[in-house]
Amino acid sequence: MNTLMDVLHHRPGWVEVKDEGEWDFYWCDVSWLRENFDHTYMDEHVRISHFRNHYELTRKNYMVKNLKRFRKQLEREAGKLEAAKCDFFPKTFEMPCEYHLFVEEFRKNPGITWIMKPVARSQGKGIFLFRRLKDIMDWKKDTRSSDDQKDDIPVESYVAQRYIENPYLIGGRKFDLRVYVLVMSYMPLRAWLYRDGFARFSNTRFTLNSIDDQYVHLTNVAVQKTSPDYHPKKGCKWMLQRFRQYLASKHGPEAVETLFSDMDNIFIRSLQSVQKVIISDKHCFELYGYDILIDQDLKPWLLEVNASPSLTASSQEDYELKTSLLEDTLHVVDMEARLTGREKRVGGFDLMWNDGPVSREDGAHDLSGMGNFVTNTHLGCVNDRKKQLRQLFRSLQGQKKTPN
Amino acid sequence: MLQEESDLALIIAQIVQKLKGSNLYTQLERQAWASLQRPEIKLESLKEDIKEFFKISGWEKKLQNAVYSELSVFPLPSHPAAPPEHLKEPLVYMRKAQVLINLRNPNYENGDSHSFRTHLGLIQVPLKVKDIPELKEFFVELGLTAGQLGVDDSTQVPPELFENEHVRIGQKVLSEQDSAAAQQYIRQGSPTALRAELWALILNISSQPEDILYYEQLKTNVIQHDLLVDSLIYKDVKLTASNDDYYFVFEDYLYQVLLCFSRDTSVLGHFAYSSASPPKSYIRGKLGLEEYAVFYPPNGVIPFHGFSMYVAPLCFLYHEPSKLYQIFREMYVRFFFRLHSISSHPSGIVSLCLLFETLLQTYLPQLFYHLREIGAQPLRISFKWMVRAFSGYLATDQLLLLWDRILGYNSLEILAVLAAAVFAFRAVNLMEVTSLAAAEAVLADLSTLKVMPLLQIFLFATVT
Repeated sequence: MNTLMDVLHHRPGWVEVKDEGEWDFYWCDVSWLRENFDHTYMDEHVRISHFRNHYELTRKNYMVKNLKRFRKQLEREAGKLEAAKCDFFPKTFEMPCEYHLFVEEFRKNPGITWIMKPVARSQGKGIFLFRRLKDIMDWKKDTRSSDDQKDDIPVESYVAQRYIENPYLIGGRKFDLRVYVLVMSYMPLRAWLYRDGFARFSNTRFTLNSIDDQYVHLTNVAVQKTSPDYHPKKGCKWMLQRFRQYLASKHGPEAVETLFSDMDNIFIRSLQSVQKVIISDKHCFELYGYDILIDQDLKPWLLEVNASPSLTASSQEDYELKTSLLEDTLHVVDMEARLTGREKRVGGFDLMWNDGPVSREDGAHDLSGMGNFVTNTHLGCVNDRKKQLRQLFRSLQGQKKTPN
Repeated sequence: MLQEESDLALIIAQIVQKLKGSNLYTQLERQAWASLQRPEIKLESLKEDIKEFFKISGWEKKLQNAVYSELSVFPLPSHPAAPPEHLKEPLVYMRKAQVLINLRNPNYENGDSHSFRTHLGLIQVPLKVKDIPELKEFFVELGLTAGQLGVDDSTQVPPELFENEHVRIGQKVLSEQDSAAAQQYIRQGSPTALRAELWALILNISSQPEDILYYEQLKTNVIQHDLLVDSLIYKDVKLTASNDDYYFVFEDYLYQVLLCFSRDTSVLGHFAYSSASPPKSYIRGKLGLEEYAVFYPPNGVIPFHGFSMYVAPLCFLYHEPSKLYQIFREMYVRFFFRLHSISSHPSGIVSLCLLFETLLQTYLPQLFYHLREIGAQPLRISFKWMVRAFSGYLATDQLLLLWDRILGYNSLEILAVLAAAVFAFRAVNLMEVTSLAAAEAVLADLSTLKVMPLLQIFLFATVT
């Protein structure tokens, strides 16, 4: 189910072109970008779906570097408390260059689990967990450059990251959240947050300690006795609205408000940390997929940011989410020049940051009391986008008709 | 008057008898003994002082809740000489119909119809069901002038209008720990954050150490012995809850609850007021010998396809397995068992089916006739909704609002009313279909429905 093609084809007045020189809008691959962006001339109105050096945010080792530097700067300018708001990324060390720093940290925390991740691959490829230095000593030897790698082609970089051992579990299962953030420019920083998203559950129980030791036996029995006409799970996702409701019924609305406000903090600070580094070309916009993990204390952690979040749909519900997401992205990009530029909401997107915090219209007070930004965000809330779009475009048409 | 008084005395005696065997009684006794130490308890006025102490310390409230709990399943007054089967189910043909092939009252002739319109539906049994004026009175708190959660908490309505005050009252009810008040309160819906506690209060569930121990014991039983019904449970969970977009997450909890449930002999207690009887089995080689009869499964309830859906929505509210278990068990012995046993009880599935058909035929006769003509008897579609109490068909938040009202009114009749309301809502589309399959398709997806507005429109805003 190709959501992107469907959305682009259905957009009124849009035509697909094959010739490289003719396009006004390009939803491109990052590989095309790398090869062609620098020598492609684009008219002012042209739009393309990536920033030239998005990897400053989306490659784990760069992101860590940028975040660390930003944190130091914040500490200098605004003190330790403010800098602590950047502590949403598990302690990470680039390998092999920060190996010694890593060992120091490793020795300070014996017995914890670490995770080794390749910086550039996705979908969990090449990842492994370890607890002993011995495990990575062996790995280091294996990947040590052999004779024919003495030249400057870099060995694939890895990062070693502290593994979050107490994730929040639902039904005994681990999950992470996928959230969509649309950045229209970095200088000034303009970012939109999509109301929909989902929680992705793992198939296996996280640890069986979470339920009961005796119950290990029960679930093994259950698995063994699977009936022959067992149908595979329809999908392992919960829409964010469902997730938000579940948490509210378990922890109350204030705790949920705090959690979501902490997540807003993650989005904004991560973008701020690369703001000065990313080449902010006015032709560029980017739809990021943020992966967030919640721990048992209801603290959100940033796992990674994806520059090309998957747009293939795994189910009907998923298809609707992604097509709506793409439609609204195109509305915000506004090739048709219908918007005034003062909108705070377009369909399912809420304007989260506009060179400064964007406040909610009703002046809702900061329930969390944490002094985080009380942004105009509604993650996991009702998404009545069709109605809102109708009203928006109707009023825009009305404005156009009245002479100024 | 004298008859009423003696009836009341009898009921009191029966409830006292029942409660004497309960844990609460032991606790009250212990508390009474301990209270003798207190300075305000004087020997001359011992009885009044202890009563006063109970009132202040909240024990009287607990006793009230327990009595209220017993009353909610108490059978209606009956003839003193009636044997126990009659108490379970007063109608003879219902008793005989426990092994169901065909359900008809042998005394009732469908022919004489001057006062009874020909019933178009599948249920041809003359049970008493409420009509809309009676339903309006019964469900008066759902009326258009009263605030409702599920209607008046939507995003467009400012919370000061109803929601804030309702939440405040809910917190007060919880702090008072009064079952009866909670039941009255929840008729207008429960705030999300308070629901778990409110349901526990209404069902009179408090997690005592003995309850947790009992549950642990059941779990041990699961590990030590296999039962054939376990296979039914695994199959059911895999086929229903695991395939559901939202409940798949709780698969493990479902096993924990249902496997233990099958082994819980305390569930047999509900057969005293259920028309059904637990299936019996005999020790090998001793067929027919009563001394060697055992109930099988131990709790007397054979699970069926969709059974796990009774538990799945509760996983949203309760995360502690023993509490989840207790809540489910109480919900079962108070409500769910009526959905799959043949009885004349107004909340029994037969009455619900008849109520649904009667409502539909009375208020949407054209639609009913049309559907019958194309071979799509409405009950064929709505039956599955009612048997599952709409679990798996409605969105979870809507389902919980519906089950709030089941608890609030201590009745399942709302399921039949909702089923009729759904048909009324989709009447326009249904009038255009020409086959059962097409009718099923129109009614296949209920996940976008808002339950409370539908009920309100059907009950209070439809011109009759």
